[in-house]
Amino acid sequence: MNFSYYPGCTLKNKAQDLDRWARLSAEALGIHLEELETWQCCGGAYSMGKDEIASKLASVRALQAAKEKGQDLVTLCSACHNVLKQANDAMANDPDFSLRANNYMALDTPYKGETKVIHYLELLRDVVGFDNLKKAVKNPLKGKKIAAYYGCLLLRPGKVMQMDNPENPRIMEDFIRAIGAEPVLWANRNECCGGYAVLEDKAIAVKKSTAVMDNAADQQAEMLITACPLCLYNLTKNSASETRLPVKYFTELLAEALGVKE
Amino acid sequence: MSKYDREQILRTSGVNVLKCMRCGKCSATCPSYDEMEYHPHQFVYMVEKGEIEPLLQSKSLYKCLSCFACVERCPRGVEPAKLVEAVRLQVIRQQGMNHLKPDDIPALLDDDLPQQAIVTALRKYSK
Amino acid sequence: MQRIGVFVCWCGSNIAATVDVAAVSEALGHEPGVVFSTNYQYMCSEAGQNIIKNAIRDYQLTGIVVCSCSPRMHEATFRKTAASAGLNSYMVEIANIREQCSWIHKDKAQATEKAIILGRAAIAKVHLNAPLTAGESPVTKRALVIGGGIAGIQTALDIADAGFEVDIVEKQPTIGGKMTQIDKTFPTLDCAACILTPKMVDCAQNDKINIFAYSEVKEVKGFVGNFHVKINKKARYVDATKCTGCGECTEKCPMKKIPNEFNLGLDNRHAIYIPFAQAVPKVATIDPNACNMLKNGKCGLCAKVCSAGAIDYKQKDEIVEREYGAIVVATGYNPIKLDDYDEYAYSLSKDVVSSLEFERITNAAGPTGGTLLRPSDGKHPHTLVFVQCVGSRCSAEGKGKSYCSKICCMYTAKHAMLCREKYPDTEVYVFYIDVRSPGKNYDEFYRRAVEEYGVHYIKGQVGKVVPRSDGKLLVQGSDLLANEQVHIEADMVVLAAAIEPDKSARPLATMLTASMDTNDFFTEAHAKLRPVESPTAGIFLSGACQGPKDIPDTVAQAGAAASKVIGLLAKDKLTCNPCTAHSDEMMCNGCSSCEKVCPYGAISYVDKEFRMPNRTTAIRRVAVVNEAVCQGCGACTVACPSGAMDLKGFSNSQIMAEVDAICKM
Repeated sequence: MNFSYYPGCTLKNKAQDLDRWARLSAEALGIHLEELETWQCCGGAYSMGKDEIASKLASVRALQAAKEKGQDLVTLCSACHNVLKQANDAMANDPDFSLRANNYMALDTPYKGETKVIHYLELLRDVVGFDNLKKAVKNPLKGKKIAAYYGCLLLRPGKVMQMDNPENPRIMEDFIRAIGAEPVLWANRNECCGGYAVLEDKAIAVKKSTAVMDNAADQQAEMLITACPLCLYNLTKNSASETRLPVKYFTELLAEALGVKE
Repeated sequence: MSKYDREQILRTSGVNVLKCMRCGKCSATCPSYDEMEYHPHQFVYMVEKGEIEPLLQSKSLYKCLSCFACVERCPRGVEPAKLVEAVRLQVIRQQGMNHLKPDDIPALLDDDLPQQAIVTALRKYSK
Repeated sequence: MQRIGVFVCWCGSNIAATVDVAAVSEALGHEPGVVFSTNYQYMCSEAGQNIIKNAIRDYQLTGIVVCSCSPRMHEATFRKTAASAGLNSYMVEIANIREQCSWIHKDKAQATEKAIILGRAAIAKVHLNAPLTAGESPVTKRALVIGGGIAGIQTALDIADAGFEVDIVEKQPTIGGKMTQIDKTFPTLDCAACILTPKMVDCAQNDKINIFAYSEVKEVKGFVGNFHVKINKKARYVDATKCTGCGECTEKCPMKKIPNEFNLGLDNRHAIYIPFAQAVPKVATIDPNACNMLKNGKCGLCAKVCSAGAIDYKQKDEIVEREYGAIVVATGYNPIKLDDYDEYAYSLSKDVVSSLEFERITNAAGPTGGTLLRPSDGKHPHTLVFVQCVGSRCSAEGKGKSYCSKICCMYTAKHAMLCREKYPDTEVYVFYIDVRSPGKNYDEFYRRAVEEYGVHYIKGQVGKVVPRSDGKLLVQGSDLLANEQVHIEADMVVLAAAIEPDKSARPLATMLTASMDTNDFFTEAHAKLRPVESPTAGIFLSGACQGPKDIPDTVAQAGAAASKVIGLLAKDKLTCNPCTAHSDEMMCNGCSSCEKVCPYGAISYVDKEFRMPNRTTAIRRVAVVNEAVCQGCGACTVACPSGAMDLKGFSNSQIMAEVDAICKM
């Protein structure tokens, strides 16, 4: 099966591993990710201003490109996923924004949010199926206690992201079970790591990452997994916890379980 | 000026401040609360009252993490984060009011900092 | 030609502020057939009714039009007025210029024009009205109460007290409802069981009351005074006439790890069980999903130990058919599920509980014997945080309920107070948005919690609860008055979950053709003046099925519903609605379309001999309406392809005349 794929800026640079293992694993599962030829950076954060038009056009172009190919658009980085889904929602449901964005785009047929944006995790859950994934696993990660770290961008706002229950999610936990490991349930899995504020006030990132790491460690996790390069950065570089658990991209564990990690 | 600001902020954010029932859930859930001089519930109330000037001056504008916790958990669907963003836009859209300038960035980099952090910070703090 | 009088009501300023009433009575006075037209401040008052009576006499009126409020409000009033002046009641038409005009318009000129048009339509209809005479139907002198909680129990007791038979249908194995799970009751702190269980026993012992426990209503047919109901008595696999409730079987049953619903899953029960010691009827029930004997034919221990020989593994569901004159809905409420509110960590920690679970934990008959112990480790908690309004008062687009659940402020004050009273070593915090305590001695009760018992009330909400492995719950909340974010290390968190109508209410409403609001609460016939009646005749409402209610309000409403039922059952005959359907047998082609759509089963067919040309005869199948059963809904008149079916008082020609009058403009 073929899907359009939007890697985003960080996956071409500091988070190449997140991308590489995702592609290798997808191929192993019979899914081909076709990188959009002309994607541009999503901007990292969705501009919440209703009168912010230009800053959302990169997303709209990517969505339009996938529409032209007639494919669902797969994202991987939490931030890109958040921005693309919110922009897509605005194109479908905010007529004023949609009209103005389409005026800039000057397409033959206006784009009205037709493309379906799915996160790589949704691809595993809804297209591959966690049961099938389990069958495809060659090296189950037996006995590993893993804390799924959703952060803030993957699930919120729940009304738009429509990925899982934003307060009581299970998609990453089900993923962890599928690759043979044991999920740890913990409260701060959907609390913020401090995000981009690390550039404004590092103390915020330290405080928030520490709270996340402390909670995971307290619940006896051996490792955290994430889909977000910035979460990984903050948790590994800025957490002041006594326990410094390893933080990995979920695709790395996926590749390992599928036996495609070189 | 203040009345104009208020209208502009309401328009940019799309927030209806009158939906607020003053429960304080936004401020209860805010991860940046301690770093903020004005807290999410105060943004809502102060914009409602037209007290915009103190907000425009406040460093609180740059402490919001855009984590959507207040948006998700507000029982009335007020979406305080959108209001904070609209007030911030009101400031940084003015000439010379960028909070983060490209020249500042090299000093903030380290070997592992993901690109995502830089583009997001630029989007949030400058125009 | 009719001689028509027009009476335009101001309804104080309700109509007159938006509609130029003088202009309306002036304009309608010039309509054909209108011989008298006037306006008055309150047409429904005695003085107003006298204006109508005098005009009927002085102008020999044959029909009248009252331009006023909705016919649901005062049509009956004005019909009586006409009758007392010697005019047939059905020569009265109401033009609704309040709900359908003045209340929804702002522009006076537009509203006045519309009021005139509505008046003209009513006049056009009166021209075609004919006097109608109402028939009578008998009343079955027995009531059905659906739901056996405190609402249903009180209603049944009051109806029985007046000498009428009453059946209670309860889906659980015992009556008693939510109140059986509650420890103490506000604002007097008397024990719920002490005041409820005597009433349960009264129900069982009252020879006018018949309890169908572990049963559900399957089908409702008929109409006010004459309901025909099918009740499914679910198989208990125990012969209720033989079981003595000794409990021998429940002790010996080897399947003992079944989550106990009565204690909200905080402990376990056996596959054969009696929900609690004071259950009524005190009869054992086998859970077919848990019983080994029923699932795979292995075990049979309960039958061996039962000295009464009451166990019957072959028992089947049984349908009972009964006739009733009135039906009372008392289906109650449930707390909402807390899955969408996991910022409070309900699914992550056993020590985060709902308020109803807290009732069980503090109840002397509960899993801890009434000692306050944490569910996770059985230790005594020192710091407790109560969170109000969980899922209540949410915006329409959100995940919660838009309404205030009404009971939570008071029971939370009760929980907090009892906690401090019994365990002075505890610190108790209550996060609130508003404290709502409008009831007799309610605010005083809440103040006592603060002033005498030292409960810390914090104006604000909790945003996040993080359970820690050492058993502490880190509660992060806002204190709006201090303008601070507070962090409390708690041992337990108690969530005041919103309440919602029981899930059985919606399908039941469909069976009863009773209306509901968007929240699935039953709608009352009038929010202020008919609060215990459904708009569907013969259906009455008791307790929280109509809206969130505490016990005092529920008992008051239960009594009110009972008095309405008694008023109905006291009548030997009910005046029927004369606006029934009738079929023109010359036009009827016997197609059965009308019979299929009739919700009351009022239409049947007869073979009738008709004279044909040349002295021949032919037998044709034609529809006949049973006027005692027909409720005048009009479905058949719409379904009839040949136009044979028509409705008295609302004939096709009358309705077309109204439409023409409106469209003439």
